[in-house]
Amino acid sequence: MLAGNLLWVLIGTSLLGIAAGITGTFSFLQKQSLVGDAAAHATLPGIAIAFLLTGQKELPVLMLGAAITSALSIYCIQWIVTYSKLKADAAIGLVLAVFFGVGIVLLTIVNRSPLGNQSGLNDFIFGKAAAMTKSDLTWLFMSAIIIIAVSLFMYKEWKLIIFDPVYAKGIGLPVEALKACLTALIVMTIVTGIQAVGVILMSALLIIPAASAKLWMKRLHTMLLFSGIAGGLAGIVGTFISSLRVGLSTGPIIVLCAASIFFISYLFSPKSGQLSKYRRKNKFQQGEV
Amino acid sequence: MIEFWVILTGVLVGATCGIAGVFLILRKMSMIADAISHTVLFGIVMAFIITQSLNGLWMLVGAAIAGILTAYLVQLLQSSGIQEDAAIGVTFTTLFALGVLLITLFAGNVHLDVEHVLMGEISFVPWDKWTILSITMPKAVWMLLLVLVINVAFLMLFYKEMKLSTFDYVYAATIGLPVILLHYAFMTTISLTTVAAFDSVGAILVVAMLIGPAATAYLISKSIKEMFVWSVSFGVVSALVGYYAAKWLDTSIAGMMASVVGIFFIVIFIVDKCQQRLNKKAVANKRSF
Repeated sequence: MLAGNLLWVLIGTSLLGIAAGITGTFSFLQKQSLVGDAAAHATLPGIAIAFLLTGQKELPVLMLGAAITSALSIYCIQWIVTYSKLKADAAIGLVLAVFFGVGIVLLTIVNRSPLGNQSGLNDFIFGKAAAMTKSDLTWLFMSAIIIIAVSLFMYKEWKLIIFDPVYAKGIGLPVEALKACLTALIVMTIVTGIQAVGVILMSALLIIPAASAKLWMKRLHTMLLFSGIAGGLAGIVGTFISSLRVGLSTGPIIVLCAASIFFISYLFSPKSGQLSKYRRKNKFQQGEV
Repeated sequence: MIEFWVILTGVLVGATCGIAGVFLILRKMSMIADAISHTVLFGIVMAFIITQSLNGLWMLVGAAIAGILTAYLVQLLQSSGIQEDAAIGVTFTTLFALGVLLITLFAGNVHLDVEHVLMGEISFVPWDKWTILSITMPKAVWMLLLVLVINVAFLMLFYKEMKLSTFDYVYAATIGLPVILLHYAFMTTISLTTVAAFDSVGAILVVAMLIGPAATAYLISKSIKEMFVWSVSFGVVSALVGYYAAKWLDTSIAGMMASVVGIFFIVIFIVDKCQQRLNKKAVANKRSF
């Protein structure tokens, strides 16, 4: 059953889920979930440019390109919000669509070029978790572990800049640098994940586990734990289900697994679930409370 | 003649999206439009699975239902205490993943492949024709004209109401305007716009056309009416320039249109900033006399 590659892919997607769950929680708490969505779409032009410049399909090169345009898109959003009267939603939507459009233009140019030998680059749009090779997976392992380790290491500082930035500045923490570091880690998570689940579904892995965790947990460390476990679980179960039948693409199924976790949390979480809310309302109306 | 239809389609996309985008920006709902542009895929697939045909009208219906469903789910999650960006993110990524999965399961062989839905293929537009009232025009042109009429009619009928509920929601609700109904009606026009345009420019690049021209117009307009004029002009001109640039570089037409939208935004953004600086200087000089 767990023949060769599948085991490795399972470990890879679960590590990715954990990493995305953790960094997603931080961006969720900063109310920046959709910025991650834009940053994920913005990896596309970077991948194409890296390929056009170097002519290589080496993963590190492509990932570097993806990281650069992805980070650039986040800064573009910040610039637009700071220097124009446009609100964040318009800035995010605009940057997302334009970067994606440029990415598609470049991708068609790549596909036409004699070096192109396409297919490989198109995989980044939808991901190819099941078909990842050993060397792809090695990269995934390494960066997922770096992401998890750095988040744990920076936990205290990030907690402070998220919940009390004024105090953080007051005690002399380099708030801007810490924020940039957090952004870099989110970008790294996205770049790590696009190979497996693709540009479009990557944002789901950042948003859904964190949103589910918020329904159960009140404190940051428990939220991170829950979100990481939820992401990892979605990765494992999703990969496993998709391996059962040919034609079930892994990315969407991982996302749907995460979505089921969210749905269960939304209904049954003891604190803010719909069921307990309904019960409380009933009790209140009967005058028991 | 073939080229004429392609250009006409592009111009119609620019005009229709340009009109729809204005209130989207003003109501700060750009990201809901982004969400709808993804979930339209789900609606189209469901329409296909139920009717087993690629009939454009059924697709419009399916997409409209998916659009309303998206707006409704986002509203539902938000009203039960989930922060807005996460509510949007969870909803659309889940429905999108479901859409992708259903396509690979049930509609893999039909012309409904995911890449087509995302990137569109405007150069195929002239081959797919409809004859209505003994006038033969490409399907896309018919659908876009229909939606353009719907959008214009919606605005002519509800301009005042939309304006009031956009700028003073509470007041609009107190004097008895059906603000919620208006919200859903507006979301319906957005999803109709998205589905009419997705065939030619693709679901994600619709977002560029919806948000980009209106956002650019927002920077330089002093009234809503002025904003409509600018938005439609930017939309149409981006489509035209995008088409010819794509032809010249032999690349994706939809992607190029989105890129041109981005270029327009950057140029207007910079010009506007310089203008403001000059104005400030002029005022400062006057004061010093």
